[in-house]
Amino acid sequence: MGNCIISREDWSLHRKGELDKERHQEKVREAIKRNLPEILSDEAIIMSDGKKIIKVPIRSIEHYHFRYDFNKQKHTGQGSGGTKVGDVLGKESGSAKGDKGKGAGGLPGYDYYEAEVSLDELTEILLEDLELPHLKNKSKDKITHENYDFRDVRKKGLMGNIDRKKTVYEALKRNLLKNSENLYQITQDDLRFKTWDEVEKPESKAVVIAMMDSSGSMGPFEKYIARTFFFWLVKVLKLKYQNVEIIYLSHHTEAKEVTEKEFYTKGESGGTKCSSVYQLALDIIKQRYNPQQYNLYAFHFSDGDNLSSDNERCLQLVLELLKVCNLVGYGEIEGPYYYTATLKNEFKKITSPNFVLTSIKDKAGIYTALKAFLKKDG
Amino acid sequence: MEELTYLEEAVEKIGEIAANLGLDFFPMRFEICPAEVIYTFGAYGMPTRFSHWTFGKAYHKMKTQYDYNLSRIYELVINTNPCYAFLLEGNSLVQNKLVIAHVYGHSDFFKNNWHFKNTNRKMLETMSVHARRIDEFSFRYGKEKVEKFLDAVLSIEEHIDPFEGIIKEQSKKKKAKETKNPYADLWFETDVLKDEEEKEKKPVKDILGFIGNNSRYLEDWQREIIFMVREEMKYFWPQLKTKIMNEGWAAYWHIRIMRELDLDENESIEYAKLNAQILQPTRFGINPYLLGLKVFEDIEKRFGKEMIFEVREIDCDVTFLRNYLNEKLVEELDLYNFQKVGSEWRVTEKSWEKVRDNLVLSLNNCGFPYIEILDDDYGKNGELYLRHRYEGIELDIYYLERTLPYVYELWGKPVHLETVVDRKHVLFTFNGEKHLRKIIEGSGKY
Repeated sequence: MGNCIISREDWSLHRKGELDKERHQEKVREAIKRNLPEILSDEAIIMSDGKKIIKVPIRSIEHYHFRYDFNKQKHTGQGSGGTKVGDVLGKESGSAKGDKGKGAGGLPGYDYYEAEVSLDELTEILLEDLELPHLKNKSKDKITHENYDFRDVRKKGLMGNIDRKKTVYEALKRNLLKNSENLYQITQDDLRFKTWDEVEKPESKAVVIAMMDSSGSMGPFEKYIARTFFFWLVKVLKLKYQNVEIIYLSHHTEAKEVTEKEFYTKGESGGTKCSSVYQLALDIIKQRYNPQQYNLYAFHFSDGDNLSSDNERCLQLVLELLKVCNLVGYGEIEGPYYYTATLKNEFKKITSPNFVLTSIKDKAGIYTALKAFLKKDG
Repeated sequence: MEELTYLEEAVEKIGEIAANLGLDFFPMRFEICPAEVIYTFGAYGMPTRFSHWTFGKAYHKMKTQYDYNLSRIYELVINTNPCYAFLLEGNSLVQNKLVIAHVYGHSDFFKNNWHFKNTNRKMLETMSVHARRIDEFSFRYGKEKVEKFLDAVLSIEEHIDPFEGIIKEQSKKKKAKETKNPYADLWFETDVLKDEEEKEKKPVKDILGFIGNNSRYLEDWQREIIFMVREEMKYFWPQLKTKIMNEGWAAYWHIRIMRELDLDENESIEYAKLNAQILQPTRFGINPYLLGLKVFEDIEKRFGKEMIFEVREIDCDVTFLRNYLNEKLVEELDLYNFQKVGSEWRVTEKSWEKVRDNLVLSLNNCGFPYIEILDDDYGKNGELYLRHRYEGIELDIYYLERTLPYVYELWGKPVHLETVVDRKHVLFTFNGEKHLRKIIEGSGKY
């Protein structure tokens, strides 16, 4: 016929779809950034232990048109025979995913856009606005660790570490200098060996001392805030340090070291003496974490309702902590009760740049607290 | 390249059969493409179309479904002369034969259906010119600015009037016939005035075109973009209007053509499987391949073969189903209406007339809400007044309130939209800063 032509072209340069996809993903990232305070406090994310990919709901990435209300519309479908009035096809719009691919249509339900991001990605986005808490003079923090690095080539060494390329090169060079292209003989003098140096590599370690008030006034909301905060704090610190350890300290009038589970679940009652936990933190640092070797971060959550006679002592101990820690933070969660004289007022006297004071009112406050804690170096 | 030779043979053979069976198609150009390319075409509607993040999003979705083996586009056809079809790399020979046969059906439909009479058959080139223009604008005025403007334009891209040109011409001819005075056209001045007056009173469906012509807040490059997008939408419109017919027609023919080919046993089994996949019913909607095919077959049974050729020439989905979807078919195909009752999606109607009417209603205006401009000087303040022609289905208010700011961006003055919510006429307004809503008596201003 000659009227039909069939061909195969080189499409390797056709990248339009990929480029626009990237632009869309960029917009997703922007949207995530805009919604960060909400997203960070999303329980589903914190609970997704072990799961790498999380789904983040973003409504603002949708492109809007005038359209019918899907949920109020009457639709037509097709069964495989014998369908009767009253038959249930599915629940909610989310389940109306029956049709794939070809066909009149994936009916458009209410779809807020769900972006899939990994926790690491989210942490990275989080970090675009933040910076890791600065280390103190770094040389102090380094612990020397023997590491091997092959970075020198020498004439003597073990046969197992022979550098073939360099050796042949030497032989070639020698032969060429003698105007001979003969390569059969490799002399002792040509041999080159890879040699290692012993290097001192800093192995960074960080310890987070998570302190929480477990007195009667700390309810589930306060604990949730604390938990979420520590979750992200540890995520962020892990980007900087190979090892991040968390020590959980819980207190009312007395302080003790507890497990992670106890930290978040245990509720106690009674009065509050915050100094007890600061003292315990200092003791633990003294016994187990030499400030020369560890980057120490101490953070305390409380509702601020402290025994007023204890406030002065708290201030003294926090100043002690500031001497050994990279950063000390105090987060006061403003519960439904308001106190006139809270611990916060006492701590306002501290002028050290390594001390951070924040108050948290709601879930979005977690992001603010993180920002306060991880702000860039002034 | 052995594969290509096989394919060439198949294309030629199938073309011959198609022609013998009475199909009348454009010259064909087949091209084998990798999945990325096919999915780009699928998402953009055309290989040469301009760039926008919404296409990227669609592409990503399609490509992911393909990667996870959830769905597959086997073929893409473009309504151009010559007619281009893109085959997916990695299709088996039988898959390709089916697709090629199917594509001949589409090509015949494009060439002969009345609704395609006025489409630009050089759209491949036109769109590539548009894309280049938009690239130029991005370079000159900034990527972000152009993208933001496109966001606004694309949000109302479906609000055009596909018959505008045709109706105007017809009414002019009519007028010329009606006037007794053969020299009437010399009095053009009065005529023009009369036309203008009429135009003012008549609601305007072509929102995009009207804004492009009349908004005082647009720069030239912005108007140009509006008219490019409008032209592209006009090109897509007939395809949206005839989706069920077009797919049904192509399915009808691929089945007939495949019967004429000598397939060996393995090929026959593969073909049967594939065909069954394509013709699977979908519970939450209509499979256009299946519905269209069944209606065509029924017409053929009742009125003879010639009739299906006539139907493919003059009908669109709305008339096709209104005229030919009957009780027996609704019963046989187990069609039903369903809607949300509480939190459940439930089958609510099985009566064939209700099913047909709902289907026809949902296909009206290609499934888009019918919205027109009633006034471009509302409140004597240059504000834009739109009205949704309510036909029993309410608008999505969440979306409505997010689309109005886009229209505002294009018009530059407060924008109003009248629609019906819970049986009351409600006027939605976006004044540049905030949204307002008020209930209005009767049908508001008009």
